[in-house]
Amino acid sequence: MVNYVWLAMMICGILVAAGTGHIEVVTKAALEGAQTGVSTAIDLIAIITFWLGIMKLAEKAGLVRGLAIMVRPITGFLFPSVPKDHPAMGAIVMNLSANLLGLGNAATPMGLIAMQELQKLNWSDKKTASDAMCTFLALNTSCITLIPTTIIGIRLIYGSQDPTQIVGTTIFATACGMSIAIFADRLLRTIYRRQGR
Amino acid sequence: MFSLISDLSRWAIPIVLLVVPLVAHLRGVNVFETFVEGAEAGFGTAIKTIPYLVAMLVSISVFRASGAMDVLVNLFSPVLNLVGVPAEVLPHAIMRPLSGGAALGISTDLIKTYGPDSFIGNLVSTMQGSSDTTFYILTLYFGSVGISRYRYSIISGLAADFTTLVASIYIAHKVFG
Repeated sequence: MVNYVWLAMMICGILVAAGTGHIEVVTKAALEGAQTGVSTAIDLIAIITFWLGIMKLAEKAGLVRGLAIMVRPITGFLFPSVPKDHPAMGAIVMNLSANLLGLGNAATPMGLIAMQELQKLNWSDKKTASDAMCTFLALNTSCITLIPTTIIGIRLIYGSQDPTQIVGTTIFATACGMSIAIFADRLLRTIYRRQGR
Repeated sequence: MFSLISDLSRWAIPIVLLVVPLVAHLRGVNVFETFVEGAEAGFGTAIKTIPYLVAMLVSISVFRASGAMDVLVNLFSPVLNLVGVPAEVLPHAIMRPLSGGAALGISTDLIKTYGPDSFIGNLVSTMQGSSDTTFYILTLYFGSVGISRYRYSIISGLAADFTTLVASIYIAHKVFG
């Protein structure tokens, strides 16, 4: 799937640029994209290093496992393939809580730790996503943010009478998206398993 | 309720930074050494994502800069107008899963042009707040552990994004319409 999306964006982009006589933008855009990719990764070094240190402490102190045990009832339903008090569960819960609170800087490193833990449980060739990884990312990308701070800030700057009046509508929309994410994940997992993919 | 949540957001990280090292220390963990041991993997983890991020962002960047997105918008806007969706928000809907920065740019621009409390302003705010940069997250998370076959992740991610979009439009009509 990612192959098709990637190829489609590339081909459509080049064809449109050629058709409109702006073929030179392609080279520039490609290099800019590469630049953004590298600088994003570089920016991540600091926060990932910092949070990996904290998470190691939390793990050694038994806090990650403790958290995993606390949320067993929900995670058991969502992640049947992950052992009940595996550290992956603790990291997943911390990532989703950070997302919920809109703490993007903390959410990303915790999510990456969760992925590393899930990769240890991945019995495939290690290049193919496991069921649990797909479920985790479905939850992560559709996760509710209780307070969308960035957009509230922008509304405030442009003189909104009530910058936070979109909080309710945002929660409603995310809740719908998240339900579908969980449902689609379940459905697709069954279909893919049946086809042996 | 609102101030409670925003206080929680402000306090969450300092509390984690207080509780985690303290509990670790009380349980006999050598805190400094353990922190460094964990942090050691940070550089490698971040660097490992570079090829994946570059691959994805090159393709997105070409798609965006070439004007292919505008073609898509022009194609869809007559249909959207029929069902009561202002065509102005379409670029945002298309960009949102691909590029967080670009989507934020579009929503800021719409809020500036139409006013934050207009229907378009409220709608695009809801859309911005309720969705995430799906492609970036998938690329980053899978990339960090060297996974290149995403299986059905993109389909479920986009199904959720589409639902969020439809739900945003519905609720904006109900509340702000």
